Amino acid sequence: MKKKRNYLWILSVLSIVIFVGIWWICCDVLKLTSSSTLPGPVTIVRTFIEKLSSPAPDGATLPEHIFSSLQISLGGWIMGVVIGTPLGIFMAWYKKVDLFARPLFDLIRPVPGLAWIPLMILLFGIGLTPKIVTVFLSAFVPCVLNSYTGIRQTKDVHLWVGQTFGASDTQMLLYIAIPTALPMIMTGVRVALGAAWTCIVAAEMLASTKGLGYMIQQARGIYRPDIIICGMIAIGAIGAVFSGVLSLIENKIVKGVRRDG
Amino acid sequence: MDNKEVILHVDHMTKCFGDLKVLDDVSFDVHKGEFLCIVGPTGCGKTTFLNCITGLYDLTDGQILVNNEPVDTKKHNIAYIFQEYSTMSWLTVEQNVAFGLKMKKKSAGEIKEAVAEVLEMVGLTKYKDYYPVELSTSMLQRVVIARAFAVKPDILLMDEPYGQLDVELRFRLEDELLKIWEKLGTTVIFITHNIEEAVYLSENILVLTNKPTSIKQKLSNTLARPRSVVDPDFIEVRNKVTELIKWW
Ligand SMILES: Nc1ncnc2c1ncn2[C@@H]1O[C@H](COP(=O)(O)OP(=O)(O)OP(=O)(O)O)[C@@H](O)[C@H]1O
Ligand SMILES: [Mg+2]
Repeated sequence: MKKKRNYLWILSVLSIVIFVGIWWICCDVLKLTSSSTLPGPVTIVRTFIEKLSSPAPDGATLPEHIFSSLQISLGGWIMGVVIGTPLGIFMAWYKKVDLFARPLFDLIRPVPGLAWIPLMILLFGIGLTPKIVTVFLSAFVPCVLNSYTGIRQTKDVHLWVGQTFGASDTQMLLYIAIPTALPMIMTGVRVALGAAWTCIVAAEMLASTKGLGYMIQQARGIYRPDIIICGMIAIGAIGAVFSGVLSLIENKIVKGVRRDG
Repeated sequence: MDNKEVILHVDHMTKCFGDLKVLDDVSFDVHKGEFLCIVGPTGCGKTTFLNCITGLYDLTDGQILVNNEPVDTKKHNIAYIFQEYSTMSWLTVEQNVAFGLKMKKKSAGEIKEAVAEVLEMVGLTKYKDYYPVELSTSMLQRVVIARAFAVKPDILLMDEPYGQLDVELRFRLEDELLKIWEKLGTTVIFITHNIEEAVYLSENILVLTNKPTSIKQKLSNTLARPRSVVDPDFIEVRNKVTELIKWW
């Protein structure tokens, strides 16, 4: 069992190693592309190290950009989770909440997060607020949907067990429906974080003075593909770390499911 | 029997699902401490029967009285073992067994003690920290039984609890059930389509008709315990019940 896992882990690393290897051979060894269109990994590493401390050419160092993006995306995401998840739960459990909130939610749901940006800029300018609200809206929707669906998956027989033991409505929600929904709720939280992260980078491309999206957009204007790629790698890496951390948390709090491997 | 206190009084119970009449004017009494088996054809409405008694379904007509009051699961101490598997996947064996007591807001100490006792009784003490996915079907069934017994119910309803189990385990669990019943004096209403099982367990047998279901006959089963399925007296009672049913 242990051996098999190590082996699988190597497989996952292998894909990245091969990808970087081919990239390196094409760009740095064979010099198939000019470094102003597609620089090789060596250039990227150099730019990356430089960008860690240098604010040139876009006005802020890479950590500053990352911090700015994180602040907004995490802020909006937390708001989305804190408001969206209970709303989904209550909509699924209490008919009246559903009737009240559903029409509004159904209108908001199909609007892509980014489509809010122009309105938000008009309303709040290009500071933090419009972006946090936009991120919030993108994160909010999957949280509502998943917790709603999760609660609806509660088995009748479990509710009946509760009922015959004399459980109150609140007890059945807390001890039966929410635990049933927990895996779905966690999925929603994870999807929401992905959505928040994607959304913030895109939002920064449209209107911003800082952030990874802004950095990429600026680099495009002055033909610095190395900075663009650095930015993209940072986005990808942070996104992967997010999803990894949330999976760990999920494994800790979702109990009693069959796990493979 | 008649001099004993009536715990459950079913009075003209009628249940329709839309146009489908499933239960038709069923009336009977169950006395305190009675072990009543209900037998009837597949799909005749046995599960509906129990769901109505526990108030999970609203009656179309008639009423159910427990200790002379309309049935109320918040007030009356009832446990119901469902035909479907009803362990909760997110709880350990121990937490599953504690579930009923927790809903009844018992103190932690009380819960711990009661749970330890019933786990021992069904032989699951060793497995108390396991989750349902890690258990076999028969162990899951024992978890459900333990959960029901943990609340020391006044009325225990069981809907074909051993239907899916192999014969050997069924025999063992039947004996376990009888032991618990004798020890706690619980009133048991046990549904089965297995006549032998009904004759083995019951004090009284309620034979149901086909849909729309009513009571064909209530007969008392006075065979001495422990019973043996090969005893001629046993076979006689079994044949009598079989004769009564003849739904095939
Ligand atoms: N919730 C419901 N809505 C509509 N019809 C129902 C419902 N529950 C049961 N029925 C119908 O009532 C009849 C009796 O069902 P029930 O499950 O009570 O039978 P049963 O005797 O328990 O069957 P089995 O031997 O398979 O356990 C069936 O015809 C079924 O279709
Ligand atoms: Mg049934």
